[in-house]
Amino acid sequence: MGKSIDIVESTAVPITIENIDTDQIIPARFLKATTREGFGKNLFRDWRFENGDDQKPKKDFPLNNPVYSGKILIAGKNFGCGSSREHAAWAIKDYGFDVVVSSFFADIFKNNALNNFLLPVLVSEEFLQQLFNAVEKNPAVFIKVNLGEQFIEISDTGARASFDINSYKKACLLNGYDDIDYLISMKPEIEAYEHTHA
Amino acid sequence: MSKTLFEKIWDRHVVKTIDGGPSVFYIDRHFIHEVTSPQAFKGLQQRELPVFRPKRVVATADHNVPTINQHLPIKEELSRLQVEQLKKNCAAFGVELYGLGHPYQGIVHVIGPELGITQPGMTIVCGDSHTSTHGAFGTIAFGIGTSEVEMVLATQCLMQAKPKLMRINVEGNLNKGVYAKDIILYIISKISASGATGYAVEYAGSAIRNLSMEARMTICNMSIEMGARCGMIAPDDTTFNYIKGREFAPKADAWEKALADWKTLKSDADAVFDHELHIRAEDIEPMITYGTNPGMGTGITGHVPALNEIDERERPSFEKSLNYMGLQPGEQIKGKKVDYVFIGSCTNSRIEDLRMVASFVKGKKKADNVEVWVVPGSKQVEKQAMEEGIHQVFAEAGFMLRQPGCSACLGMNEDKIPAGKYCISTSNRNFEGRQGPGARTMLASPLMAAAAAITGKITDVRELI
Ligand code: SF4
Repeated sequence: MGKSIDIVESTAVPITIENIDTDQIIPARFLKATTREGFGKNLFRDWRFENGDDQKPKKDFPLNNPVYSGKILIAGKNFGCGSSREHAAWAIKDYGFDVVVSSFFADIFKNNALNNFLLPVLVSEEFLQQLFNAVEKNPAVFIKVNLGEQFIEISDTGARASFDINSYKKACLLNGYDDIDYLISMKPEIEAYEHTHA
Repeated sequence: MSKTLFEKIWDRHVVKTIDGGPSVFYIDRHFIHEVTSPQAFKGLQQRELPVFRPKRVVATADHNVPTINQHLPIKEELSRLQVEQLKKNCAAFGVELYGLGHPYQGIVHVIGPELGITQPGMTIVCGDSHTSTHGAFGTIAFGIGTSEVEMVLATQCLMQAKPKLMRINVEGNLNKGVYAKDIILYIISKISASGATGYAVEYAGSAIRNLSMEARMTICNMSIEMGARCGMIAPDDTTFNYIKGREFAPKADAWEKALADWKTLKSDADAVFDHELHIRAEDIEPMITYGTNPGMGTGITGHVPALNEIDERERPSFEKSLNYMGLQPGEQIKGKKVDYVFIGSCTNSRIEDLRMVASFVKGKKKADNVEVWVVPGSKQVEKQAMEEGIHQVFAEAGFMLRQPGCSACLGMNEDKIPAGKYCISTSNRNFEGRQGPGARTMLASPLMAAAAAITGKITDVRELI
């Protein structure tokens, strides 16, 4: 799994649906694995294939539309709601996306994404519409996401929006640090806390 | 300085705050289950780390377990492997496991409270979004991803940013036939499936105070369905009476000491919230959902919104949802035929739910066109149901009482609703495919589900009680 993110410049795949829950991103029946690998082939399984048959792709689903490809997924608001399954972030990353753009992210999904070096980019409802329109009009258009400078840009028009990210998380993503490494380094403080809060 | 309930518990658990960043946040209790833990244990093995505080971790098998013939080996290969992996991991890392066959086994959010493990003032996490259930006891309890499960196993801590605070006040008396499930479905239908994202929610007001612990758990359970980080209710005598005497509750002097502390756990009178909502209990009817997220619900006398009642931008998603459900805009839901009734899940599978359903169906029979599954939340609930004769009432009514687990709530085991079939369900999610590919779920209270079981169609339970 790719560690550290800075600039991602790529074409994008638009899924305009709102309230996409993690049960759609990766249905429960695919959660039986005990490793983190290989979830990409079941990403959006039931929206992608007729009757779950991977020989029968549904033509109107954007992942199956040959004009769309790239490392950036653009999705309708309240993306990633529902189940806390991190498998959703694994599936998106495993499929080949490095960035998800939406006008609203569910909390747990956002954390899971960040913990897997999948960058959630939060934009306004208006800018999201601009992105959808731009990609629909020209699927070959490049979208540029710059984490260091915290902006997202539509290359051909130059339309640009800045996005927020917690400074700690940003440093983690830029440098390839995990929360867990930091927490492990904190063990002496954690033990001291336990002594005073027994 | 005055503080909210959330802040009182939060402040006690901050090990360290990073400038401009999240806090290192200490976790008192960590529940784990077979689906979201294997990769976390694998991570520990790769780092050659032990579980830091194994006594603070409790494991059970619930998501993947069959609900009939639990004494036999699990037939489905991958499910069996996952349950076995949990057993191996717990043995290797010294974690207590209430696995299949254990008298304490059950849905993780049912067993924590019923064993007295969940106690006021605690911080509780689990790799499961409905961890918010435990907030009913005045805890900060929330769901986490598997990377975070690994962090808590390794250090008993998480990196957490403090959420914003919302208080939802429900005042007044509930109408006949209206229960906790209706309160929470009503709230979500008002503020939408994302209406509380970024917030920790405290439920307050006389209607909440009057609820039993089981009912409070039903409400906190579904906090996540409006996006909340967690839901909580200040502990009171109802809480203390529920906990007292349970297996892992404090005893003797420890009890007195704990009680004195627990009594301080409430929002100060002048505590400030970022957002407050006021709801009149009288306005709530028995609820039913018609769509594919829990915010798409209405009172039973209501109807599916007409197209002109939906914001233009949201119409494509709305129409997609109705198309999946096989419903028309503007349609009445009452009277719709149902095929399956599912009474279970961490929202409504406690003994109180089963008792309520049993007292309603006693002497009645299910309609011929429906199949009815009742899945108790735990071995202890199942045992109590047997002792009280509830299983007989169900047998006579044609309701099938199965063995404990998550079951058709998420259809990870064999308990799936067939494609295109309608299921009225007491669970918490009506997402597409949640109960099986193509399954059409309508969420409701246990009594609304039981009423539909008797008549074979969506029914206003008030007409039968
Ligand atoms: S009963 Fe349903 S919601 Fe509850 S823990 Fe199990 S799968 Fe999750």
